[in-house]
Amino acid sequence: MNEMISGAEALVRSLMAEGVDTIFGYPGGAIIPVFDRLYDYKDRLRNILVRHEQGAIHAAQGYARVSGRTGVVVVTSGPAATNVITGLSDAMMDSTPLVVITGQVGSELLGSDAFQETDVIGITQPVTKWSYQIRNVEDLRWAVGRAFYIASTGRPGPVVLDFAKNAQTAMMEWRGYKKCRFVRTYEPCPEISEADVDRVAQMIDKAKRPLIIAGHGVEIAGGEQELLRLARKAQVPLATTLLGLSTVDSDEPLFKGFVGMHGNVAANVAIGECDVLVAVGMRFDDRVTGDPVHFATQASVVHIDIDSSEFGKIIKPAATIHGDAKAVLSMLADKVSPARHDEWLSSFEKARKVELEKVIKPELDDCSRITMGSVARKVAEAAGRGAVLVTDVGQNQMLSARYFKYTAPRSIITSGGLGTMGFGLPASIGAKIGAPDRTVCFFTGDGGLQMTEEELGVILHYGIDVKIVLLNNNFLGMVRQWQTLFYDRRFSATELVNPNFVMLANAYGIPAEEVETPDQLDAAIGRMFAHKGAYLLNINIDPEELVYPMTPAGAPCTTILLNKVEKYEH
Amino acid sequence: MEEINNKELFTVTVFSENRVGLLNQISIIFTRRKLNIESLSVSPSSIAGVHKFTITAYADETTIAKLVQQIEKRIDVLKSFYYRDDEIVYQEVALYKVPTAELLDEKNLEAIIRHHNARILEITREYTVIEKTGHDDETTALFEELKRYDIRQFVRSGRVAVTKSPEEYVTMYIEERARRKEEVERCLSEE
Repeated sequence: MNEMISGAEALVRSLMAEGVDTIFGYPGGAIIPVFDRLYDYKDRLRNILVRHEQGAIHAAQGYARVSGRTGVVVVTSGPAATNVITGLSDAMMDSTPLVVITGQVGSELLGSDAFQETDVIGITQPVTKWSYQIRNVEDLRWAVGRAFYIASTGRPGPVVLDFAKNAQTAMMEWRGYKKCRFVRTYEPCPEISEADVDRVAQMIDKAKRPLIIAGHGVEIAGGEQELLRLARKAQVPLATTLLGLSTVDSDEPLFKGFVGMHGNVAANVAIGECDVLVAVGMRFDDRVTGDPVHFATQASVVHIDIDSSEFGKIIKPAATIHGDAKAVLSMLADKVSPARHDEWLSSFEKARKVELEKVIKPELDDCSRITMGSVARKVAEAAGRGAVLVTDVGQNQMLSARYFKYTAPRSIITSGGLGTMGFGLPASIGAKIGAPDRTVCFFTGDGGLQMTEEELGVILHYGIDVKIVLLNNNFLGMVRQWQTLFYDRRFSATELVNPNFVMLANAYGIPAEEVETPDQLDAAIGRMFAHKGAYLLNINIDPEELVYPMTPAGAPCTTILLNKVEKYEH
Repeated sequence: MEEINNKELFTVTVFSENRVGLLNQISIIFTRRKLNIESLSVSPSSIAGVHKFTITAYADETTIAKLVQQIEKRIDVLKSFYYRDDEIVYQEVALYKVPTAELLDEKNLEAIIRHHNARILEITREYTVIEKTGHDDETTALFEELKRYDIRQFVRSGRVAVTKSPEEYVTMYIEERARRKEEVERCLSEE
């Protein structure tokens, strides 16, 4: 006879068998039995007690994205479950592996509007890769095994296990844990068609003006080396998406910038000039394509993705390769012929110079005020190689992403698809926990920081070393930017009356300082990095600073505003 | 009302595991893409443990093709397909509840029943239940004819359909997956 244990104990053992050593959790009535069991395993399975369930899930996202491991969240039923919905949706959009365990009222109470009951499966189905309610303790190992397998394989995503309280306390026979390796209705690792690869290799060989756009999928697959090998062998210029920025070293000569609304001019212009566009591990978000009707109409688009439902969803491809990005890129790199595209590569110079003169220099060389771009560049330089950028959402996100330097894989953690304000602070905490040896630089705005500022308590509680760069313009800057450009400067509901952020940080034991003029910036950044532990810089930003270049929403991606008066001339 | 011009009626079939909540997962995929479900029927398929959904909706082909991809992406879905009417054999059943007294006055009742190839399921003093199986236009035609007898209740089932293709793709797929499972298990036991 095997050992008899409770469902809660079995869950904890199953998590450990999956290699989990950190969870992000918050207890409550319907999950107390699980937290009770965690008490006995504190040395092997550490819970990071967040301050709000939204913080738990964003922290788990930061952890998962920096480490590639599955982030685990444990919260109670009802309001706790509804508080994680934003993070589920965010993780679904940005393909982040998560297993989220929510407590649930006992099965006998389900459907009775019991205290803290909510229809978690019903609510989470549209924003999860899979969700399952464990009502019977006998289902537990099966469900946990499937959850980790589904979350982490194929195109990763969030999974919810809704764990009824009766199943947590019921006793079961423990027969050990077996990882799930197969689900008959789910094929995470499709066999790559050699014929498809051959066809694409030929297209690349024949191309006069090929362009690769690498997305987050390359990072998830760990295909950075293969990407570079392919690009170098065939001398193909490389662009990335926002989430793909750290798939290539920022100083790589073939790297021409990132695409999209606030991306680099040369990369966006090339979309309208290339003859073969190889899109790998990206999904043609509207912030990338602008008006999709005008997207790369002159080019043959090759779409490489592990999720075949992305093929033709937005852009009709001329060829597709269904499979893991790393494996596909490796095969392509083997098959393409060495080539040169000197003329095509040098054609990027024109747009690069325009961006340098019209956008980058004014941003970095402005002595009259502190610009967000100059802060990002200085922080990146001071942070050194291997640093991780975590951003919130808005102007702070776009300018820090633009001016940061990426020197290692998994170095940008930002809410791309959902654009979740408040994502940054908890995600930066999770990132530091997931990569304790890396420097984590968190860029935020005064709006986004206040959406989840309670998580400063986690920094205090666990001594998390996150460098917080608050770009404070006392406005919801990105909305204000649109109001400036498209709504006749009618600043409706965008001005904030802010607290004293230095005092706020100090209240949580975090050293902080005000940076009001450009001459104070270098020394302040120096002190931030010299300090061991978290530090906050509250940097005074001019609300008139706008993010450029910009493709207005709905315009073709090659329509690029360089500043208030100039457009890029093709 | 949504425009249904330049849209045509497609039949979507979905084969899935028999698991709680799948109907919801599938129906929200239609909702999110502003597609109205015209009819829906769910039943066990010929394969043990596999459920079959038959759904009809007006759409253009691009939309329905993307929809089927999204349905197939759901973890517990085995396969999903879409068809035009000429690719399937399909049927619906309709029931008509009519006051018996009115019918008794009808001299042509036999002709109507014969003409529509309908049948009478139950007769009481108060009402009579007539059943008609056929395509939508056929059950509607009988409805039009019975209207003058003051139809008390009318109901039409969702479409059920089987393909005209000689290949049974779902069966083949399940066999292939079973072989794959054996391979995976063999590899694991060798480890």
